[in-house]
Order: sequence, then C-alpha cells, then structure tokens
Amino acid sequence: MNKNVERLYNGIIKENPTFVLMLGMCPTLAVTSSAMNGLGMGLSTTVVLVFANLLISLFRKVIPNGVRMPAFIVIVASLVTMVQFLMNAYTPDLSKSLGVYIPLIVVNCIILGRAESYASKNPVVPSIFDGIGMGLGFTLGLTCIGLVREILGAGQLFGYQVLSLDWFTPITIFVMAPGAFLVLAVLVVCMNLVRAKMDAKGKPLAAPSGCLTGDCASCGQSALCTGKTQAVSSDQKTE
Amino acid sequence: MSVLSELILIAIGSAIVNNVVLSQFLGICPFLGVSKKTETAAGMGGAVVFVITIASFVTALIYKFILANTYLQKKGIDLTYLQTIVFILVIAALVQFVEMFLKKSMPSLYQSLGVYLPLITTNCAVLGVALTNVTKEYDILESVVNGFATAVGFLIAIVIMAGLREKIEYNDIPKPFQGTAIVLITACLMSIAFMGFSGMI
Repeated sequence: MNKNVERLYNGIIKENPTFVLMLGMCPTLAVTSSAMNGLGMGLSTTVVLVFANLLISLFRKVIPNGVRMPAFIVIVASLVTMVQFLMNAYTPDLSKSLGVYIPLIVVNCIILGRAESYASKNPVVPSIFDGIGMGLGFTLGLTCIGLVREILGAGQLFGYQVLSLDWFTPITIFVMAPGAFLVLAVLVVCMNLVRAKMDAKGKPLAAPSGCLTGDCASCGQSALCTGKTQAVSSDQKTE
Repeated sequence: MSVLSELILIAIGSAIVNNVVLSQFLGICPFLGVSKKTETAAGMGGAVVFVITIASFVTALIYKFILANTYLQKKGIDLTYLQTIVFILVIAALVQFVEMFLKKSMPSLYQSLGVYLPLITTNCAVLGVALTNVTKEYDILESVVNGFATAVGFLIAIVIMAGLREKIEYNDIPKPFQGTAIVLITACLMSIAFMGFSGMI
C-alpha cells in the first residue's frame, strides 16, 4: 500500500509532469486557454493513462520486446478513440473546444513515456497508481496554467466573471496563442528559481526530461528513434 | 480557376495564417529541441516537409478508399472510427519505410535528412495534419496541398527561430531566463508577429 501512495506522491508532486519533468508541452500550450479546458484535457489524459498502464502492465510478459512500441501505440490509440467517442456523447461542448487535441493524446509523450519506463516493468497495481498520480499531476498543471491565463485574459474563473469588467480590462493576449508561450516561459523561469534554491539546499529536483531540454532520450518514443536523436543532440553540443 | 484559387487559399492559410507551431502548437518538441543551429533546423524542416506531404497523401488515400469506402458504407459498415489507430500506425510504418528507401536508393538525400526522419515518427504535427484533413473534409489533392503548406509553415518557423537563437547566444541573459525560458519568450513574440497575418484571408 505504501508503494502506491508513494506513486501518487511521485506523480503529483515529486515528478510532476508539467512543472518538474516538463512533458507533454503541445497540449499544455494548446488547451489551457481556460481552466475548464485544462481540467477536461487533464482528466481525459488521466483516463487514457490509467487504462494504458493497466493493460500494458497486464500484457507486459506477453508482448515481445521487438514489437512493444507498435503494441503500446495500438493499445493507447484504441483507448483514445473510446475516450473521444465518450466525450463526444456526454460532453459535446468540451469535446468541441478541445477538437483535434483529443485524438492527439495518442502522441502525448507522458503516456508512451510511462508505458515504456514504468508500466512495462512493474506489476499491475503500482502501474495503475502510477497512472493516477501522473495523470492527476498533469491535470493539476494544466488547470493551474488555465486558471492564470483565464483570469488575466478574461477576468473569469471556470467561466464565472470574478473580476468585474467595470474596472478590469482583460488582457486578451493571454487567452490567445502568444499568451500560452508567455505563461509557460514565466513558469519555466519560476521553476529555474525553485530549482536553484533546492540545489542550494542539497535537495535537487528531478531533471526536466523530454522536449524542452532538446533531449529526446526520455520521451518514450525513443525506441522508435533507435537512439539516433542522441547523435543529433550530441552533435549540437560539440559544435 | 476557382479550384486553383481555393488551393492557394488553403496553402496560405495553413502555412502562414494558422502556422502549425505558432498558433496550433503542434510539433513544439522539435521546434524547441532542434532549433539551436540554422543548418540543423533547416534539415529538420526539410525532413518534416518530406514526411508530412507523403503522409497526408497516403492517409487521404486510405481514408477515402478504405475507411470511408462508399461501397462498404452502403452495406452498413462504417470504418471511419478507426482513423486515429490506422493513421498513427500508417505514419509510423511509413517513416520507417521512407528511411529504408532513402538509405538504399538516395544516399545523398539520406545524408541530409536521414537523422531527422525517426525523430518525426510520432511528431504530433504529422498526425495532426492527417486528422485535420479528415475533419475539414478535404479531398486528396487538397489534403496534399494542406499537408505540404503546413510543413512549409513549420520550416519557416523553425528556421527563423534558429536564426534568432544564434543571435541570442551572444546576449547577456539573466540566469533564470537562460535556456528554454528565453526561447519561449522569443516564440511568444514570433507568435504575436504571425498574428498580424490573420487578416489576410
């Protein structure tokens, strides 16, 4: 049981995919124009992540090593299709505003990353908790970014007007595309400051992995890359 | 003539107005990761143009003749719900195939694009374009044009970004802003600049 709590803590705080690991940046930028969209995207990713971890962990001894990536992709893509149809049926508004980003959960690096680095090596129950932890961590990240953008860009929280338009002029740019980059940049700066502080204390945070560092080794799709990405990134370092 | 002007509108729309990176946020990973030098960025952009154009053609063919086959649909079999699964598998297989083909028959092209090909296998821009083609109900020619133009938009964005980053290298940036943060701020400014095109269509 302790291990499961540890997985939850690990996913939500210690290795939070948005704040610490900086994974899944495409949806993070694209769907956080409001807190509701962020929450919806986060929860649908969580559902896919939990079931993908469950199935992959169940079948981890059956799937031959050589075809594990295509097998994982088929599992994840089927789950995403199911989630997409459920959302179409029960939350049509949300599914309209998330649009193409729902099917794109398939290529979210968090999901294949967790499948590759955790679920394919561990028993079922911890894998499920790992999925819940990581998923909730991602949801937390998206919702927080969504809250900041929504309140600055429209003066609203979850669609309710909290800052009266009588005295507050919404900074519309925050709910548009450039705002996403700006808010994420500020977030990265904050995390750099936190990181420096924790390093000084002798309790360093987990290093960011994936896209933002330009190091694709940990993105879960590296197996498809056959390690050539390393060559590209080390080329750049030497020059 | 109207067909041609429609194609041109699609092309300008997806290359510049709705730029794939700066307004749709697809392909952020290579945009941030492989944009340190102009040459590498151009290589990556070239490979993306190559792959997305072929992938949109192949996925459009598969969608039209297999998934949304009128004969099957008359018999009550609708396979369109399989699009996500089929597209991602087709794209992954296609990239591997293109890589093998280039290695064997065009070694010089492989030298310049080869390293970047596997990076793009599950790049969200490729799947994103294939799905957008279906949502917008483009026919095969329109899909290819849309795919090509989207990829050219990516090429433009990543090359500009690499050029800016080469200059940023020489600037004195505050410590917490170094690295990814300043790149994201640059992307924000580029995105504002590209918003200026939104009145074009």
